[in-house]
Amino acid sequence: MSETPSRPAGSETPPTGPGAETPPEAIKAIKLRHPWRMVLAIVLAAIAVLFIVDAAVNRPVYNWPEVGKYLFDVRVIEAAGYTLQLTIYSMVIAILLGVALAVMRLSPNPVVKSVAWAYLWLFRGTPVYVQLVFWGLIGVIYKTIDIGIPFTEPWVSFDTSDLFSYFFLAVIGLALNEAAYMAEIVRAGLLAVDKGQDEAATALGLGWWHTMSRVILPQAMRVIIPPTGNEVISMLKTTSLVTAVPFSLELFTRTSDIAAKTYQPVPMLIVASIWYLAITSILMVGQYYLERHFAKGVDQRPAPQKPTVETSAMAAVEPGELPGVVPPSNRPGGGA
Amino acid sequence: MNAAETPMVKAEAVSKAYGSNTVLRSISLEVKRGEVLCLVGPSGSGKSTFLRCINHLETVSAGRLSVDGSLVGYRQHGDKIYELHPKDAAKQRRDIGMVFQRFNLFPHMTAVENVMLAPTLLKKGQPKGQVKARALELLARVGLAERSDYYPSQLSGGQQQRVAIARALAMEPKLMLFDEPTSALDPELVGEVLEVMKELAKSGMTMIVVTHEMGFAREVADTLVFMDGGVVVEQGDPREVLSNPQHQRTRAFLSKVL
Repeated sequence: MSETPSRPAGSETPPTGPGAETPPEAIKAIKLRHPWRMVLAIVLAAIAVLFIVDAAVNRPVYNWPEVGKYLFDVRVIEAAGYTLQLTIYSMVIAILLGVALAVMRLSPNPVVKSVAWAYLWLFRGTPVYVQLVFWGLIGVIYKTIDIGIPFTEPWVSFDTSDLFSYFFLAVIGLALNEAAYMAEIVRAGLLAVDKGQDEAATALGLGWWHTMSRVILPQAMRVIIPPTGNEVISMLKTTSLVTAVPFSLELFTRTSDIAAKTYQPVPMLIVASIWYLAITSILMVGQYYLERHFAKGVDQRPAPQKPTVETSAMAAVEPGELPGVVPPSNRPGGGA
Repeated sequence: MNAAETPMVKAEAVSKAYGSNTVLRSISLEVKRGEVLCLVGPSGSGKSTFLRCINHLETVSAGRLSVDGSLVGYRQHGDKIYELHPKDAAKQRRDIGMVFQRFNLFPHMTAVENVMLAPTLLKKGQPKGQVKARALELLARVGLAERSDYYPSQLSGGQQQRVAIARALAMEPKLMLFDEPTSALDPELVGEVLEVMKELAKSGMTMIVVTHEMGFAREVADTLVFMDGGVVVEQGDPREVLSNPQHQRTRAFLSKVL
Protein backbone atom coordinates (compact mmCIF):
# COMPACT_ATOMS: atom_id res chain seq x y z
CA MET A 1 0.00 0.00 0.00
CA SER A 2 1.26 3.46 -0.78
CA GLU A 3 1.80 6.23 1.72
CA THR A 4 -1.33 8.06 0.62
CA PRO A 5 -3.51 8.78 3.64
CA SER A 6 -6.66 6.69 3.35
CA ARG A 7 -8.51 7.96 6.39
CA PRO A 8 -11.56 10.16 5.78
CA ALA A 9 -11.16 13.88 5.53
CA GLY A 10 -11.44 15.64 8.86
CA SER A 11 -8.84 13.63 10.70
CA GLU A 12 -6.25 15.40 8.58
CA THR A 13 -6.06 19.11 8.05
CA PRO A 14 -8.76 19.88 5.49
CA PRO A 15 -7.31 21.24 2.27
CA THR A 16 -7.71 24.98 2.01
CA GLY A 17 -6.64 27.68 -0.37
CA PRO A 18 -5.93 27.07 -4.03
CA GLY A 19 -5.33 23.36 -3.40
CA ALA A 20 -9.06 22.84 -2.71
CA GLU A 21 -9.76 23.45 -6.39
CA THR A 22 -7.96 20.32 -7.60
CA PRO A 23 -10.26 17.33 -8.29
CA PRO A 24 -10.52 14.81 -5.41
CA GLU A 25 -8.08 11.95 -5.52
CA ALA A 26 -9.35 8.63 -6.92
CA ILE A 27 -9.90 5.88 -4.34
CA LYS A 28 -7.21 3.22 -4.37
CA ALA A 29 -8.81 0.36 -2.48
CA ILE A 30 -7.65 -3.24 -2.26
CA LYS A 31 -10.17 -5.45 -4.09
CA LEU A 32 -12.36 -7.62 -1.93
CA ARG A 33 -11.57 -11.30 -2.61
CA HIS A 34 -14.27 -13.92 -3.15
CA PRO A 35 -12.47 -17.27 -2.55
CA TRP A 36 -15.64 -19.41 -2.61
CA ARG A 37 -16.66 -18.06 -5.98
CA MET A 38 -13.30 -19.20 -7.29
CA VAL A 39 -13.77 -22.67 -5.81
CA LEU A 40 -17.25 -23.00 -7.30
CA ALA A 41 -16.00 -21.87 -10.73
CA ILE A 42 -13.16 -24.40 -10.69
CA VAL A 43 -15.46 -27.24 -9.62
CA LEU A 44 -18.00 -26.40 -12.36
CA ALA A 45 -15.29 -26.18 -15.02
CA ALA A 46 -13.81 -29.48 -13.89
CA ILE A 47 -17.20 -31.24 -14.04
CA ALA A 48 -17.81 -29.86 -17.54
CA VAL A 49 -14.41 -31.00 -18.81
CA LEU A 50 -14.86 -34.44 -17.24
CA PHE A 51 -18.30 -34.81 -18.84
CA ILE A 52 -17.04 -33.83 -22.30
CA VAL A 53 -13.97 -36.07 -22.16
CA ASP A 54 -16.06 -38.94 -20.84
CA ALA A 55 -18.67 -38.47 -23.56
CA ALA A 56 -15.99 -38.38 -26.25
CA VAL A 57 -13.96 -41.36 -25.07
CA ASN A 58 -15.83 -43.68 -22.71
CA ARG A 59 -19.38 -43.83 -24.09
CA PRO A 60 -19.64 -45.86 -27.28
CA VAL A 61 -23.46 -45.54 -27.21
CA TYR A 62 -23.16 -41.88 -28.25
CA ASN A 63 -21.52 -43.18 -31.40
CA TRP A 64 -20.24 -39.82 -32.67
CA PRO A 65 -19.26 -41.10 -36.13
CA GLU A 66 -22.90 -42.15 -36.58
CA VAL A 67 -23.99 -38.63 -35.56
CA GLY A 68 -21.68 -37.17 -38.19
CA LYS A 69 -22.97 -39.58 -40.80
CA TYR A 70 -26.63 -38.63 -40.36
CA LEU A 71 -26.35 -34.94 -39.38
CA PHE A 72 -26.54 -33.82 -43.00
CA ASP A 73 -28.46 -36.79 -44.34
CA VAL A 74 -30.95 -35.64 -46.98
CA ARG A 75 -33.88 -37.11 -45.04
CA VAL A 76 -32.81 -35.25 -41.89
CA ILE A 77 -32.37 -31.94 -43.72
CA GLU A 78 -35.79 -32.38 -45.31
CA ALA A 79 -37.27 -33.14 -41.90
CA ALA A 80 -35.68 -29.99 -40.46
CA GLY A 81 -37.32 -28.09 -43.32
CA TYR A 82 -40.72 -29.54 -42.45
CA THR A 83 -40.22 -28.71 -38.78
CA LEU A 84 -39.33 -25.13 -39.69
CA GLN A 85 -42.36 -24.86 -41.97
CA LEU A 86 -44.70 -26.25 -39.33
CA THR A 87 -43.30 -23.73 -36.84
CA ILE A 88 -43.53 -20.72 -39.14
CA TYR A 89 -46.94 -21.42 -40.68
CA SER A 90 -48.59 -22.25 -37.37
CA MET A 91 -47.02 -19.25 -35.61
CA VAL A 92 -48.11 -16.83 -38.35
CA ILE A 93 -51.69 -18.10 -38.17
CA ALA A 94 -51.55 -18.12 -34.35
CA ILE A 95 -50.34 -14.52 -34.19
CA LEU A 96 -53.02 -13.24 -36.58
CA LEU A 97 -55.75 -15.18 -34.80
CA GLY A 98 -54.29 -14.13 -31.44
CA VAL A 99 -54.50 -10.43 -32.37
CA ALA A 100 -58.12 -10.94 -33.45
CA LEU A 101 -58.96 -12.76 -30.21
CA ALA A 102 -57.22 -10.12 -28.09
CA VAL A 103 -59.18 -7.35 -29.79
CA MET A 104 -62.37 -9.41 -29.35
CA ARG A 105 -61.67 -9.81 -25.64
CA LEU A 106 -61.42 -6.03 -25.32
CA SER A 107 -64.64 -5.48 -27.27
CA PRO A 108 -67.56 -3.75 -25.56
CA ASN A 109 -69.95 -6.33 -27.06
CA PRO A 110 -70.59 -9.05 -24.42
CA VAL A 111 -71.20 -11.82 -26.99
CA VAL A 112 -67.99 -11.11 -28.87
CA LYS A 113 -66.10 -10.95 -25.59
CA SER A 114 -67.57 -14.25 -24.37
CA VAL A 115 -66.78 -16.06 -27.61
CA ALA A 116 -63.13 -15.05 -27.29
CA TRP A 117 -63.11 -16.08 -23.64
CA ALA A 118 -64.68 -19.49 -24.42
CA TYR A 119 -62.09 -20.08 -27.17
CA LEU A 120 -59.28 -19.44 -24.71
CA TRP A 121 -60.89 -21.64 -22.12
CA LEU A 122 -61.23 -24.55 -24.54
CA PHE A 123 -57.86 -24.39 -26.28
CA ARG A 124 -55.75 -23.54 -23.25
CA GLY A 125 -57.58 -26.04 -21.10
CA THR A 126 -56.88 -29.15 -23.18
CA PRO A 127 -53.47 -30.67 -24.01
CA VAL A 128 -52.17 -29.88 -27.45
CA TYR A 129 -51.49 -33.59 -27.99
CA VAL A 130 -55.19 -34.37 -27.47
CA GLN A 131 -56.13 -31.56 -29.86
CA LEU A 132 -53.77 -32.91 -32.50
CA VAL A 133 -55.33 -36.37 -32.26
CA PHE A 134 -58.74 -34.74 -32.67
CA TRP A 135 -57.58 -32.93 -35.83
CA GLY A 136 -56.29 -36.20 -37.18
CA LEU A 137 -59.76 -37.67 -36.71
CA ILE A 138 -61.58 -34.76 -38.33
CA GLY A 139 -62.22 -36.84 -41.45
CA VAL A 140 -64.02 -39.40 -39.29
CA ILE A 141 -66.07 -36.86 -37.35
CA TYR A 142 -67.00 -34.63 -40.29
CA LYS A 143 -66.96 -36.86 -43.34
CA THR A 144 -67.91 -34.10 -45.78
CA ILE A 145 -67.87 -30.34 -45.79
CA ASP A 146 -70.99 -28.92 -47.42
CA ILE A 147 -71.61 -25.42 -48.69
CA GLY A 148 -75.21 -24.28 -49.00
CA ILE A 149 -78.25 -23.36 -46.92
CA PRO A 150 -78.55 -25.45 -43.71
CA PHE A 151 -81.17 -28.25 -43.80
CA THR A 152 -81.39 -28.16 -47.58
CA GLU A 153 -79.50 -30.03 -50.29
CA PRO A 154 -75.89 -28.65 -50.33
CA TRP A 155 -74.62 -26.90 -53.44
CA VAL A 156 -71.13 -28.33 -53.17
CA SER A 157 -69.81 -31.12 -51.00
CA PHE A 158 -66.17 -31.95 -50.25
CA ASP A 159 -64.74 -35.13 -48.84
CA THR A 160 -62.85 -33.99 -45.72
CA SER A 161 -60.05 -36.51 -45.87
CA ASP A 162 -59.33 -35.61 -49.50
CA LEU A 163 -59.45 -31.91 -48.75
CA PHE A 164 -56.96 -31.72 -45.89
CA SER A 165 -53.49 -33.23 -45.85
CA TYR A 166 -51.96 -34.34 -42.57
CA PHE A 167 -49.47 -31.48 -42.90
CA PHE A 168 -52.34 -29.01 -43.17
CA LEU A 169 -54.11 -30.54 -40.18
CA ALA A 170 -50.90 -30.44 -38.15
CA VAL A 171 -50.47 -26.72 -38.92
CA ILE A 172 -54.11 -25.99 -38.02
CA GLY A 173 -53.89 -28.01 -34.83
CA LEU A 174 -50.74 -26.27 -33.65
CA ALA A 175 -51.96 -22.83 -34.73
CA LEU A 176 -55.37 -22.96 -33.06
CA ASN A 177 -53.85 -24.11 -29.79
CA GLU A 178 -51.13 -21.48 -29.93
CA ALA A 179 -53.59 -18.69 -30.82
CA ALA A 180 -55.10 -18.96 -27.35
CA TYR A 181 -51.73 -18.21 -25.76
CA MET A 182 -50.89 -15.51 -28.30
CA ALA A 183 -54.22 -13.81 -27.56
CA GLU A 184 -53.21 -13.28 -23.95
CA ILE A 185 -49.76 -12.03 -24.93
CA VAL A 186 -51.22 -9.56 -27.42
CA ARG A 187 -53.84 -8.43 -24.90
CA ALA A 188 -51.11 -7.72 -22.35
CA GLY A 189 -49.30 -5.68 -25.00
CA LEU A 190 -52.39 -3.66 -25.90
CA LEU A 191 -53.14 -2.94 -22.25
CA ALA A 192 -49.55 -1.79 -21.69
CA VAL A 193 -49.93 1.12 -24.13
CA ASP A 194 -50.84 4.36 -22.39
CA LYS A 195 -54.48 5.34 -22.81
CA GLY A 196 -53.37 8.82 -23.83
CA GLN A 197 -52.04 7.36 -27.09
CA ASP A 198 -55.49 6.17 -28.10
CA GLU A 199 -56.97 9.54 -27.11
CA ALA A 200 -54.36 11.50 -29.04
CA ALA A 201 -54.95 9.43 -32.18
CA THR A 202 -58.72 9.70 -31.79
CA ALA A 203 -58.51 13.45 -31.25
CA LEU A 204 -56.55 13.74 -34.51
CA GLY A 205 -59.50 12.20 -36.28
CA LEU A 206 -57.95 8.79 -36.94
CA GLY A 207 -60.39 5.90 -37.14
CA TRP A 208 -60.17 2.67 -35.16
CA TRP A 209 -58.09 0.84 -37.76
CA HIS A 210 -55.50 3.60 -38.19
CA THR A 211 -55.27 4.11 -34.43
CA MET A 212 -54.70 0.41 -33.91
CA SER A 213 -52.29 -0.25 -36.77
CA ARG A 214 -50.22 2.94 -36.63
CA VAL A 215 -50.26 3.95 -32.98
CA ILE A 216 -51.28 1.19 -30.56
CA LEU A 217 -49.91 -2.03 -32.09
CA PRO A 218 -46.43 -0.69 -32.95
CA GLN A 219 -46.03 0.30 -29.30
CA ALA A 220 -47.59 -2.90 -28.00
CA MET A 221 -44.99 -4.83 -30.03
CA ARG A 222 -42.29 -4.01 -27.49
CA VAL A 223 -44.24 -5.92 -24.88
CA ILE A 224 -45.45 -8.60 -27.28
CA ILE A 225 -42.16 -9.66 -28.90
CA PRO A 226 -40.18 -11.17 -25.99
CA PRO A 227 -42.90 -13.63 -24.90
CA THR A 228 -43.70 -14.33 -28.56
CA GLY A 229 -40.06 -15.28 -29.09
CA ASN A 230 -40.54 -17.72 -26.26
CA GLU A 231 -43.62 -19.11 -27.95
CA VAL A 232 -41.87 -19.54 -31.30
CA ILE A 233 -39.09 -21.54 -29.70
CA SER A 234 -41.61 -23.52 -27.70
CA MET A 235 -43.58 -24.14 -30.91
CA LEU A 236 -40.45 -25.39 -32.70
CA LYS A 237 -40.26 -28.17 -30.14
CA THR A 238 -44.00 -28.78 -29.92
CA THR A 239 -43.92 -29.70 -33.63
CA SER A 240 -42.44 -33.01 -32.48
CA LEU A 241 -45.97 -33.91 -31.29
CA VAL A 242 -47.60 -33.77 -34.73
CA THR A 243 -46.92 -37.46 -35.07
CA ALA A 244 -50.28 -37.63 -33.22
CA VAL A 245 -52.09 -36.34 -36.31
CA PRO A 246 -50.25 -38.43 -37.74
CA PHE A 247 -47.73 -36.35 -39.68
CA SER A 248 -44.40 -38.14 -39.64
CA LEU A 249 -41.96 -36.15 -41.78
CA GLU A 250 -40.80 -33.65 -39.13
CA LEU A 251 -37.46 -33.82 -37.39
CA PHE A 252 -38.16 -35.92 -34.31
CA THR A 253 -40.38 -38.56 -35.93
CA ARG A 254 -38.09 -38.81 -38.94
CA THR A 255 -34.93 -39.32 -36.89
CA SER A 256 -36.76 -41.84 -34.67
CA ASP A 257 -37.82 -43.73 -37.79
CA ILE A 258 -34.21 -43.84 -39.00
CA ALA A 259 -33.08 -45.00 -35.54
CA ALA A 260 -35.67 -47.79 -35.66
CA LYS A 261 -33.83 -49.18 -38.69
CA THR A 262 -30.26 -48.63 -37.47
CA TYR A 263 -30.98 -49.77 -33.89
CA GLN A 264 -29.01 -46.76 -32.66
CA PRO A 265 -31.48 -44.37 -31.00
CA VAL A 266 -28.95 -42.20 -29.13
CA PRO A 267 -27.01 -40.78 -32.13
CA MET A 268 -30.27 -39.92 -33.88
CA LEU A 269 -31.52 -38.10 -30.77
CA ILE A 270 -28.32 -36.09 -30.83
CA VAL A 271 -28.79 -35.32 -34.53
CA ALA A 272 -32.32 -34.06 -33.87
CA SER A 273 -31.14 -32.03 -30.86
CA ILE A 274 -28.39 -30.35 -32.87
CA TRP A 275 -30.90 -29.29 -35.51
CA TYR A 276 -33.37 -28.00 -32.92
CA LEU A 277 -30.56 -26.01 -31.28
CA ALA A 278 -29.39 -24.61 -34.61
CA ILE A 279 -32.88 -23.44 -35.57
CA THR A 280 -33.46 -21.97 -32.10
CA SER A 281 -30.21 -20.01 -32.38
CA ILE A 282 -31.23 -18.55 -35.73
CA LEU A 283 -34.65 -17.60 -34.33
CA MET A 284 -33.00 -15.85 -31.37
CA VAL A 285 -30.94 -13.70 -33.72
CA GLY A 286 -34.13 -12.77 -35.56
CA GLN A 287 -35.79 -11.82 -32.28
CA TYR A 288 -32.88 -9.55 -31.39
CA TYR A 289 -33.29 -7.54 -34.60
CA LEU A 290 -37.08 -7.35 -34.24
CA GLU A 291 -36.76 -6.06 -30.70
CA ARG A 292 -34.26 -3.47 -31.83
CA HIS A 293 -36.62 -2.31 -34.57
CA PHE A 294 -39.58 -1.82 -32.23
CA ALA A 295 -37.47 -0.14 -29.54
CA LYS A 296 -37.33 2.91 -31.84
CA GLY A 297 -37.59 6.12 -29.85
CA VAL A 298 -37.61 4.32 -26.51
CA ASP A 299 -34.09 3.96 -25.24
CA GLN A 300 -32.95 7.46 -26.03
CA ARG A 301 -31.77 9.60 -23.19
CA PRO A 302 -33.75 12.80 -22.83
CA ALA A 303 -32.02 16.09 -23.42
CA PRO A 304 -31.45 18.20 -20.33
CA GLN A 305 -34.60 20.11 -19.47
CA LYS A 306 -33.57 23.63 -20.40
CA PRO A 307 -35.75 26.30 -21.91
CA THR A 308 -34.99 26.52 -25.60
CA VAL A 309 -36.82 29.77 -26.23
CA GLU A 310 -36.24 33.07 -24.48
CA THR A 311 -39.47 33.81 -22.69
CA SER A 312 -40.68 36.26 -20.14
CA ALA A 313 -43.20 35.94 -17.35
CA MET A 314 -46.71 37.20 -17.90
CA ALA A 315 -48.28 39.10 -15.05
CA ALA A 316 -51.68 37.83 -13.94
CA VAL A 317 -52.32 40.89 -11.81
CA GLU A 318 -50.86 44.36 -12.13
CA PRO A 319 -48.86 45.24 -9.04
CA GLY A 320 -51.15 46.75 -6.45
CA GLU A 321 -54.33 45.93 -8.34
CA LEU A 322 -55.64 43.30 -5.93
CA PRO A 323 -54.85 44.14 -2.33
CA GLY A 324 -52.75 41.51 -0.62
CA VAL A 325 -51.82 39.65 -3.82
CA VAL A 326 -48.25 39.79 -5.07
CA PRO A 327 -47.94 38.86 -8.77
CA PRO A 328 -45.87 35.72 -9.21
CA SER A 329 -43.29 37.60 -11.25
CA ASN A 330 -42.59 39.85 -8.27
CA ARG A 331 -42.30 37.04 -5.75
CA PRO A 332 -38.94 35.76 -4.65
CA GLY A 333 -37.92 33.12 -7.15
CA GLY A 334 -40.10 34.68 -9.83
CA GLY A 335 -42.64 32.75 -11.83
CA ALA A 336 -43.48 31.94 -15.38
CA MET B 1 -77.88 32.81 -39.88
CA ASN B 2 -74.79 33.30 -42.03
CA ALA B 3 -71.58 31.42 -41.40
CA ALA B 4 -69.65 34.35 -39.98
CA GLU B 5 -72.20 34.77 -37.22
CA THR B 6 -72.44 31.12 -36.25
CA PRO B 7 -70.48 30.80 -33.01
CA MET B 8 -67.57 28.34 -33.23
CA VAL B 9 -68.73 26.57 -30.10
CA LYS B 10 -72.17 26.80 -28.60
CA ALA B 11 -73.12 24.97 -25.44
CA GLU B 12 -76.72 25.06 -24.26
CA ALA B 13 -77.40 23.52 -20.85
CA VAL B 14 -74.74 20.86 -21.40
CA SER B 15 -74.72 18.25 -18.64
CA LYS B 16 -72.64 15.16 -18.12
CA ALA B 17 -73.01 12.40 -15.56
CA TYR B 18 -71.15 9.19 -14.88
CA GLY B 19 -73.91 7.10 -13.35
CA SER B 20 -75.17 9.09 -10.41
CA ASN B 21 -72.09 11.31 -10.36
CA THR B 22 -72.90 14.55 -12.16
CA VAL B 23 -69.75 16.32 -13.33
CA LEU B 24 -71.26 19.02 -15.55
CA ARG B 25 -74.47 20.83 -14.70
CA SER B 26 -76.17 22.85 -17.36
CA ILE B 27 -73.16 24.59 -18.88
CA SER B 28 -74.09 27.30 -21.35
CA LEU B 29 -71.51 29.35 -23.17
CA GLU B 30 -70.49 30.58 -26.57
CA VAL B 31 -67.13 30.94 -28.24
CA LYS B 32 -67.02 33.18 -31.27
CA ARG B 33 -64.69 32.79 -34.22
CA GLY B 34 -61.17 33.93 -33.40
CA GLU B 35 -61.96 34.15 -29.73
CA VAL B 36 -59.71 32.76 -26.98
CA LEU B 37 -61.55 31.40 -23.99
CA CYS B 38 -59.75 30.33 -20.84
CA LEU B 39 -61.39 27.85 -18.48
CA VAL B 40 -60.11 28.01 -14.94
CA GLY B 41 -61.17 26.40 -11.73
CA PRO B 42 -60.11 23.94 -9.07
CA SER B 43 -59.40 20.34 -10.07
CA GLY B 44 -62.55 18.26 -10.28
CA SER B 45 -64.56 21.28 -11.36
CA GLY B 46 -65.39 19.68 -14.70
CA LYS B 47 -63.38 21.97 -16.96
CA SER B 48 -61.37 19.16 -18.59
CA THR B 49 -64.49 17.03 -18.99
CA PHE B 50 -66.25 19.90 -20.72
CA LEU B 51 -63.27 20.35 -23.03
CA ARG B 52 -63.29 16.64 -23.87
CA CYS B 53 -66.99 16.82 -24.67
CA ILE B 54 -66.29 19.39 -27.35
CA ASN B 55 -64.44 16.88 -29.53
CA HIS B 56 -66.57 13.97 -28.40
CA LEU B 57 -63.90 12.17 -26.39
CA GLU B 58 -66.70 12.20 -23.81
CA THR B 59 -70.38 12.13 -24.65
CA VAL B 60 -72.75 14.75 -23.38
CA SER B 61 -75.67 13.33 -21.33
CA ALA B 62 -78.05 16.26 -21.77
CA GLY B 63 -78.22 19.61 -23.52
CA ARG B 64 -76.90 20.70 -26.89
CA LEU B 65 -73.29 21.15 -27.82
CA SER B 66 -72.39 22.26 -31.31
CA VAL B 67 -69.18 23.17 -33.08
CA ASP B 68 -69.45 25.46 -36.08
CA GLY B 69 -73.19 24.94 -36.25
CA SER B 70 -73.29 21.13 -36.19
CA LEU B 71 -74.02 18.94 -33.18
CA VAL B 72 -71.02 17.16 -31.66
CA GLY B 73 -71.31 13.38 -31.92
CA TYR B 74 -74.93 13.48 -33.11
CA ARG B 75 -76.92 14.28 -36.18
CA GLN B 76 -80.30 15.90 -36.10
CA HIS B 77 -82.94 14.92 -38.61
CA GLY B 78 -86.32 16.56 -38.04
CA ASP B 79 -86.84 16.32 -34.32
CA LYS B 80 -84.95 13.02 -33.97
CA ILE B 81 -81.32 12.85 -32.90
CA TYR B 82 -79.12 10.04 -34.21
CA GLU B 83 -75.80 8.89 -32.85
CA LEU B 84 -73.01 9.50 -35.38
CA HIS B 85 -71.17 6.59 -36.98
CA PRO B 86 -67.59 6.46 -35.59
CA LYS B 87 -66.35 7.36 -39.08
CA ASP B 88 -68.37 10.57 -39.12
CA ALA B 89 -67.39 11.38 -35.54
CA ALA B 90 -63.75 10.97 -36.57
CA LYS B 91 -64.36 13.28 -39.53
CA GLN B 92 -65.82 15.87 -37.16
CA ARG B 93 -62.73 15.69 -34.93
CA ARG B 94 -60.39 16.51 -37.80
CA ASP B 95 -61.55 20.10 -37.62
CA ILE B 96 -60.76 20.28 -33.91
CA GLY B 97 -57.17 20.14 -32.69
CA MET B 98 -56.43 19.01 -29.17
CA VAL B 99 -53.36 19.39 -26.97
CA PHE B 100 -53.05 17.28 -23.84
CA GLN B 101 -51.53 17.84 -20.44
CA ARG B 102 -49.20 14.84 -20.86
CA PHE B 103 -48.42 15.69 -24.53
CA ASN B 104 -49.34 12.17 -25.70
CA LEU B 105 -46.86 12.29 -28.56
CA PHE B 106 -46.39 8.99 -30.34
CA PRO B 107 -43.08 7.81 -28.86
CA HIS B 108 -42.18 5.52 -31.77
CA MET B 109 -42.21 8.34 -34.29
CA THR B 110 -39.91 11.32 -34.70
CA ALA B 111 -41.26 14.83 -34.24
CA VAL B 112 -41.89 15.30 -37.96
CA GLU B 113 -43.50 11.85 -38.25
CA ASN B 114 -45.82 12.75 -35.40
CA VAL B 115 -46.92 15.86 -37.26
CA MET B 116 -47.23 14.02 -40.59
CA LEU B 117 -49.23 11.03 -39.36
CA ALA B 118 -52.76 12.39 -39.57
CA PRO B 119 -52.39 14.26 -42.88
CA THR B 120 -50.61 11.26 -44.45
CA LEU B 121 -53.43 8.91 -43.50
CA LEU B 122 -56.40 11.21 -43.90
CA LYS B 123 -55.58 13.66 -46.67
CA LYS B 124 -55.31 11.10 -49.42
CA GLY B 125 -54.01 12.30 -52.70
CA GLN B 126 -51.69 14.85 -51.19
CA PRO B 127 -48.13 14.01 -52.28
CA LYS B 128 -45.90 12.92 -49.43
CA GLY B 129 -43.32 15.59 -50.13
CA GLN B 130 -45.95 18.27 -49.72
CA VAL B 131 -47.16 16.78 -46.43
CA LYS B 132 -43.60 16.72 -45.15
CA ALA B 133 -42.87 20.28 -46.25
CA ARG B 134 -46.00 21.43 -44.48
CA ALA B 135 -45.04 19.48 -41.31
CA LEU B 136 -41.58 21.06 -41.29
CA GLU B 137 -43.19 24.45 -41.72
CA LEU B 138 -45.37 23.81 -38.67
CA LEU B 139 -42.37 22.66 -36.63
CA ALA B 140 -40.57 25.84 -37.63
CA ARG B 141 -43.58 27.80 -36.50
CA VAL B 142 -43.28 26.34 -33.00
CA GLY B 143 -39.51 26.92 -33.06
CA LEU B 144 -38.43 23.32 -33.55
CA ALA B 145 -37.24 23.18 -37.15
CA GLU B 146 -33.92 21.73 -36.05
CA ARG B 147 -35.46 19.01 -33.90
CA SER B 148 -37.68 17.48 -36.56
CA ASP B 149 -35.79 14.16 -36.58
CA TYR B 150 -35.70 13.75 -32.79
CA TYR B 151 -37.83 11.20 -31.00
CA PRO B 152 -40.10 12.57 -28.25
CA SER B 153 -37.91 10.94 -25.59
CA GLN B 154 -35.01 13.08 -26.81
CA LEU B 155 -36.94 16.31 -26.36
CA SER B 156 -37.65 18.33 -23.24
CA GLY B 157 -41.21 18.62 -21.97
CA GLY B 158 -41.63 22.08 -23.43
CA GLN B 159 -40.37 20.92 -26.82
CA GLN B 160 -42.64 17.88 -26.73
CA GLN B 161 -45.65 20.05 -26.02
CA ARG B 162 -44.73 22.34 -28.91
CA VAL B 163 -44.48 19.33 -31.22
CA ALA B 164 -47.92 18.32 -29.93
CA ILE B 165 -49.25 21.74 -30.88
CA ALA B 166 -47.74 21.41 -34.36
CA ARG B 167 -49.30 17.94 -34.66
CA ALA B 168 -52.71 19.31 -33.70
CA LEU B 169 -52.34 22.08 -36.30
CA ALA B 170 -51.45 19.66 -39.08
CA MET B 171 -55.08 18.92 -39.94
CA GLU B 172 -55.73 22.67 -40.22
CA PRO B 173 -58.35 22.76 -37.49
CA LYS B 174 -60.74 25.66 -37.05
CA LEU B 175 -60.74 25.20 -33.29
CA MET B 176 -57.97 24.29 -30.87
CA LEU B 177 -58.54 22.76 -27.45
CA PHE B 178 -55.80 22.88 -24.80
CA ASP B 179 -56.17 20.67 -21.73
CA GLU B 180 -53.82 22.12 -19.12
CA PRO B 181 -50.99 22.28 -21.66
CA THR B 182 -48.37 23.51 -19.18
CA SER B 183 -49.33 21.65 -16.01
CA ALA B 184 -46.89 18.78 -16.55
CA LEU B 185 -43.94 21.06 -17.32
CA ASP B 186 -41.04 22.23 -15.21
CA PRO B 187 -41.74 25.87 -14.30
CA GLU B 188 -38.94 27.20 -16.47
CA LEU B 189 -40.31 25.40 -19.55
CA VAL B 190 -43.83 26.82 -19.27
CA GLY B 191 -43.00 30.11 -20.97
CA GLU B 192 -41.96 28.63 -24.33
CA VAL B 193 -45.26 26.78 -24.68
CA LEU B 194 -47.33 29.81 -23.68
CA GLU B 195 -45.37 31.87 -26.19
CA VAL B 196 -46.38 29.53 -29.01
CA MET B 197 -50.00 29.61 -27.86
CA LYS B 198 -49.92 33.39 -27.72
CA GLU B 199 -48.65 33.53 -31.28
CA LEU B 200 -51.40 31.12 -32.32
CA ALA B 201 -54.04 33.30 -30.65
CA LYS B 202 -52.68 36.36 -32.44
CA SER B 203 -52.98 34.59 -35.77
CA GLY B 204 -56.73 34.41 -35.20
CA MET B 205 -57.16 30.80 -34.10
CA THR B 206 -60.24 30.05 -32.02
CA MET B 207 -58.98 28.51 -28.81
CA ILE B 208 -60.38 27.04 -25.62
CA VAL B 209 -57.70 26.68 -22.96
CA VAL B 210 -58.06 24.91 -19.65
CA THR B 211 -55.25 26.39 -17.60
CA HIS B 212 -53.90 27.47 -14.26
CA GLU B 213 -51.74 30.14 -15.90
CA MET B 214 -53.57 33.28 -14.85
CA GLY B 215 -50.95 35.50 -16.47
CA PHE B 216 -51.64 33.87 -19.82
CA ALA B 217 -55.39 34.13 -19.30
CA ARG B 218 -55.12 37.78 -18.49
CA GLU B 219 -52.93 38.64 -21.42
CA VAL B 220 -54.34 36.45 -24.17
CA ALA B 221 -57.92 35.42 -23.36
CA ASP B 222 -60.94 37.31 -24.58
CA THR B 223 -63.14 35.57 -22.05
CA LEU B 224 -62.33 33.92 -18.74
CA VAL B 225 -64.71 31.30 -17.42
CA PHE B 226 -64.46 30.19 -13.83
CA MET B 227 -65.95 26.76 -13.14
CA ASP B 228 -66.50 24.96 -9.88
CA GLY B 229 -68.50 21.87 -9.01
CA GLY B 230 -69.57 21.36 -12.62
CA VAL B 231 -71.14 24.79 -13.07
CA VAL B 232 -69.97 28.06 -14.56
CA VAL B 233 -69.64 30.35 -11.56
CA GLU B 234 -68.50 33.45 -13.32
CA GLN B 235 -67.40 34.55 -16.76
CA GLY B 236 -66.31 37.74 -18.42
CA ASP B 237 -63.35 39.83 -19.45
CA PRO B 238 -60.29 38.21 -17.83
CA ARG B 239 -58.96 41.49 -16.44
CA GLU B 240 -62.33 42.15 -14.84
CA VAL B 241 -62.72 38.67 -13.38
CA LEU B 242 -59.14 38.46 -12.13
CA SER B 243 -58.97 41.85 -10.49
CA ASN B 244 -62.57 42.20 -9.43
CA PRO B 245 -64.16 38.77 -8.94
CA GLN B 246 -67.87 38.95 -8.14
CA HIS B 247 -68.38 35.62 -6.44
CA GLN B 248 -67.03 34.51 -3.11
CA ARG B 249 -65.98 31.15 -4.66
CA THR B 250 -63.99 32.86 -7.40
CA ARG B 251 -62.31 35.14 -4.90
CA ALA B 252 -61.33 32.21 -2.69
CA PHE B 253 -59.87 30.32 -5.67
CA LEU B 254 -57.97 33.29 -7.09
CA SER B 255 -56.47 34.19 -3.73
CA LYS B 256 -54.90 30.73 -3.70
CA VAL B 257 -53.55 30.59 -7.24
CA LEU B 258 -52.44 34.17 -7.83
